[in-house]
Amino acid sequence: MADITISHLVKTYPGGTERATDDVSLDIADGDFTVLLGPSGCGKTTLLRMLAGLELPDSGSIAVGGKDVTYLPPNKRNMSMVFQSYAVFPHRKVRYNIGFGLSMAKKPKEEIDRKVAWAADLLQLGPYLDRLPAQLSGGQRQRVAVARAIVMDADVLLMDEPLSNLDALLRLNFRSELKKIVKDLKTTTVYVTHDQSEALSLGDRVAVMRKGQIAQLGDPLDVYDAPADRFVGGFIGSPPMNFIKAAVSGDGGALIVGDQRLRAPSLLQSYSSTDVLLGVRAENVAVDTQRSSGDVPGTVLVVEPMGSSILLTVEVEGQTIKVQAPPTFRTSPGSTIWLTFSPNSMRFYDSETAMALVAR
Amino acid sequence: MTTTQTKPLAPQPDVDTAPLKRLRRDRALLQAACIVISLFMLVPIYLISLAALSTRESLNDFPLSLLPTNLSFETLGAFLGSTGILGAFGNSLIVGIGTLLISALIGIPAGYALARFAFPAKEPYQLFLLFTRALPIVVLSVPLARLFLTVDLYDTTYAVILLHTALALPTTILISASVFLSVPIDVEEAARVFGCTPAGAFLKVVMPMALPGLAAASIFTFVMSWNEVLGASILTLDHRTLPAQVLTSLADSPLAYRFAGGFALVIPSIIFIAFMRRYLTNMWGSTIR
Repeated sequence: MADITISHLVKTYPGGTERATDDVSLDIADGDFTVLLGPSGCGKTTLLRMLAGLELPDSGSIAVGGKDVTYLPPNKRNMSMVFQSYAVFPHRKVRYNIGFGLSMAKKPKEEIDRKVAWAADLLQLGPYLDRLPAQLSGGQRQRVAVARAIVMDADVLLMDEPLSNLDALLRLNFRSELKKIVKDLKTTTVYVTHDQSEALSLGDRVAVMRKGQIAQLGDPLDVYDAPADRFVGGFIGSPPMNFIKAAVSGDGGALIVGDQRLRAPSLLQSYSSTDVLLGVRAENVAVDTQRSSGDVPGTVLVVEPMGSSILLTVEVEGQTIKVQAPPTFRTSPGSTIWLTFSPNSMRFYDSETAMALVAR
Repeated sequence: MTTTQTKPLAPQPDVDTAPLKRLRRDRALLQAACIVISLFMLVPIYLISLAALSTRESLNDFPLSLLPTNLSFETLGAFLGSTGILGAFGNSLIVGIGTLLISALIGIPAGYALARFAFPAKEPYQLFLLFTRALPIVVLSVPLARLFLTVDLYDTTYAVILLHTALALPTTILISASVFLSVPIDVEEAARVFGCTPAGAFLKVVMPMALPGLAAASIFTFVMSWNEVLGASILTLDHRTLPAQVLTSLADSPLAYRFAGGFALVIPSIIFIAFMRRYLTNMWGSTIR
């Protein structure tokens, strides 16, 4: 168990011109579960592999528990890792696979047996200990990979998209199981994923990455509620955050969307007469078939029942947004509905830099 | 039939069995072709074995008995007892195993490097490897014979081992490179993260996974060495390998001797393949039967 300090890490792959990680700095507290989230090619896996020692950075440093490990070989780092492809050893039985790290560390046999039994019990692998990985299902193989990683008492537990090869239902079940296991272990964990729902559900903190840099780092709910820029808002959430072109009125008191005027929050006082982007989540837009005060009319384009809710695609003042309506809401394409944006859930972004506006 | 049914069923067309018959005929033809081809391969081996294991007199019988009625080890015994044969047999084994070991020692790391690392001139290197095989063995052997004469290696099994290693290396390297490519790099990385040194990861994880493929490469090497005759005849005089020895004495030998020689040449290769076959087909508990 240890904290991690990553500072100014730069890595360019040979033959590439773009930096895979571009001056990344990140502090991870002891026992934290940090998720690196981003689209493919954003550098999240590169960052993880540099933590593991499987790639070496061009510059910058990594320290674990106050000790520099930047150029240390993987076997000297006391880390354990769960791979996307499971990477279990196909020629050895499950028991050997789980105990592999311990026997490499030359732990006494009795301790290895005890820990293997403990991990097998925790991950429901007890009946399979004497099988070969080829005789297991994909989900069970992934359990073996997790068991192999957690028996290690490593300083840091690294996970590289461990759930992405599992089918949807299994992934959902194993996700909560994994969260509980890691919470009980209290090991510092770095988890890489491109799945935003995994990131939100698992992480103590989420680092959203884009083009080799960290776009936003924070509590999952903060990242979801108040994205630092348009990219983060668009990447996190399903459906992604709506972004509506709007302008602040000359006196700063009203937000103008097309022909409609909304009351502007006080934040916008200092941005009078500027174009802004209004960011609002689909579930933060109230819908009604009747007009009440302060509402904005919209035309329904698509109706998608999702079971627990109905997802509407609505055209508002020439812009298309997604709105989440309660499952009892009845409407059909072409009809007009009235939308209310709740003032507390509106976020504002600079129309050019797409960065969140702050009071000034 | 239930009473609620009001509309009668449409008349069912007659079953057309022609496609089924065609399928059965094709299968039968395929089986027949397999049997014919197998016989083409197996009958000579059977006849040689039969002749080698028959008495010398029965070879001259007419009509020749096609069943092993006159089994005897007399012919084979005479063959093995004739001058130089046992020695040549030993030489062949030494050369075959020596070639296998040295080419594995050099070829497996080279194949691993080809599979795992990017280095300058990798493509030309692979092409260049094959050039050794592009040269006829005679062209290689004559300058080698001169070289070995000067360094006092001429007429030793070492000389033949070196030649056979040179001949086997290209295939050993290329086969083992493709074998290592099929071992996922993740598994090796996992071994590294869980505490292995690079050599440890190679020996504990990569090698066992690559073993079936490497066994195939070594069969290839051994059989190549066992059967190679031209280079071995040029590079040795008194320390011939079995094929070279048999070849030189073939022309002026009795018929029985030739059969026994052929038998002795075929059998070790077959035994070796049968032994290594386990590694070829028995992969990670899923035996191909």
